[in-house]
Amino acid sequence: MEFILAQTIDGVVFGMLLFLLAAGLTLMLGTMRIVNLAHGSFYVLGGYVGYSIFQWTQSFLLACLSGLLSIGVLGILTYKAVLDKRFARAVQSQVLITFGMIFIISDVCRWIWGGNPLSIPKPQILQGVVSLGSIVVPVYRLAIIAIGTVILLALWLFQEKTKYGAIVRAGVDDAEMTQGIGINISVVKTLVFGLGALLAGLAGVIGAPFIGLSIGLDFEILLSAIVVVIIGGMGSLRGALIGALIIGLVDTFGKSLFPELSIFTVFAAMVALLAIRPSGLFGTK
Amino acid sequence: MRQRKRAIIIAIALASLVMLPLLVPSYYTGLFTLMLIYAVFAMSLDIVQGYTGMPSLGHAVFLGTSAYIVAILNVKIFHSSHFGLELLAGILSGAVVAAILGLIVLRSSGTYLLMILLASSMMVWGIAFKWRALTGGDDGLPGITRPDFGFMSLNLQNTMDFYYFVLLFFVIASFLMYLVVNSSFGHTLLGIRESETRMRALGYNVWLQKYIALIVSGIFGGLSGVLLVYYNGFVSPVELHLVTSAEVLIMVILGGAGTLFGPAIGAAIIILIKNFVSGYTEHWMIILGALYIATVIFTPNGIYRLFIRSER
Repeated sequence: MEFILAQTIDGVVFGMLLFLLAAGLTLMLGTMRIVNLAHGSFYVLGGYVGYSIFQWTQSFLLACLSGLLSIGVLGILTYKAVLDKRFARAVQSQVLITFGMIFIISDVCRWIWGGNPLSIPKPQILQGVVSLGSIVVPVYRLAIIAIGTVILLALWLFQEKTKYGAIVRAGVDDAEMTQGIGINISVVKTLVFGLGALLAGLAGVIGAPFIGLSIGLDFEILLSAIVVVIIGGMGSLRGALIGALIIGLVDTFGKSLFPELSIFTVFAAMVALLAIRPSGLFGTK
Repeated sequence: MRQRKRAIIIAIALASLVMLPLLVPSYYTGLFTLMLIYAVFAMSLDIVQGYTGMPSLGHAVFLGTSAYIVAILNVKIFHSSHFGLELLAGILSGAVVAAILGLIVLRSSGTYLLMILLASSMMVWGIAFKWRALTGGDDGLPGITRPDFGFMSLNLQNTMDFYYFVLLFFVIASFLMYLVVNSSFGHTLLGIRESETRMRALGYNVWLQKYIALIVSGIFGGLSGVLLVYYNGFVSPVELHLVTSAEVLIMVILGGAGTLFGPAIGAAIIILIKNFVSGYTEHWMIILGALYIATVIFTPNGIYRLFIRSER
């Protein structure tokens, strides 16, 4: 029983991190049909920036802010400079552009921060543990769940209750029609891309005390986020949340029950779902 | 006139491929061998990417699975090379993987299809990476021996002999793929690329045509895996990784998707650039990344089309 509870909490924590990534990825896919393969690299770069700022200021909050802002700006610049152009319309063009960015960001990270695994220490107030019945849980993990929930609520309120959220949803449903009623869809897309990148950068910083920063993490993160989006369906925030929790739990339980098959369990879940619902849980078409 | 011009070009290309190893140092012969192997690989992707219009970012699964099957047969079961069986097993594994994958992925299309192919191929990478007992994990499987036919003076340990061995398969494979894309089946695929709904309205079973295209692509992808594993004498999970899938995609786009021979040229260029750049600078990944982006910006239709206009 303790085992199940402890693993469930870890699974939800990892799921929340995945949600931050998948939310951005799925919005990019939904509003502009862009597969951002550099999403895992955004995560890692955000983490590294946060690491340096933390070394410099010893403030976890500033580390979070710097990771989030720097990657948000990078996202907007990337979108404006290459992805918003005519040559980037075809799927394979976007794939190659964002894949090229994986290489560049990975090499730059190795150049600046070296190849050794790094980690950001937990903030002072979030160290320590709390007892939940018979198990002990680090406070930081609960904090990740809390941060994830706050962002989830904020995104949900933004999407469902504000005018700008309505514009984004309209863009997901029918970009041309949205443009037709006088909305500058290009600006909307740029901001959505920036928002997605920003969330990835933030996830990189708050995930660093939990899973660290290392070479190859970019692909690992990207892959998990993609599987979450496939399970949840493109463009659906609710799908991203449920997919992220499923993958977080399946991955955590899989790793402790069948360590040899750990990657396999996640994909088995994905394939099983695709067999029943070819466009994901909440995908439209 | 066009027929004659094409025949002349092919004859010149073939003659130069045959003459090449006699003119360059043996290091370059090895490099050219690698180009031919990746050319077969890139052309096999072009059947689905360029001709059928299915964006794929998981093509490494065919190369890698075949390479692992051959390596496991070679190192763990036969303890030597049984060429006929290994060739058959490699090609079959490509076809079987394609047949299984097709059942899962072909219900989707476009971006979603691309992501599912990516994830599925990385699952196979995960198996190769984790199943140490069979695959050697991230250390890979070394010690694969090249075939020994034991006739004439053919010795595949020799770089030049191996080049001609690969060249033979390259010529056969590209001829077969040329027949496929110019057959009525190939034209059906082009029709699907242009408009799936129209082809369906005309009575074609679009799903089945795509399924067959994927299997054909898997067969030639599998063949390139067999050749690669003999070339390297070694197989590792990189052969199955997303990086390899992206690399073969850039070869196809750089050369020209839907031109069949364009991707072969793309393969040669990428292999050449990778080889030289990694020799000169430690930061070759930045240059390679920039090359990916530059390709999309400057030659989105491929260099093949820059030279040969109005092909169709």
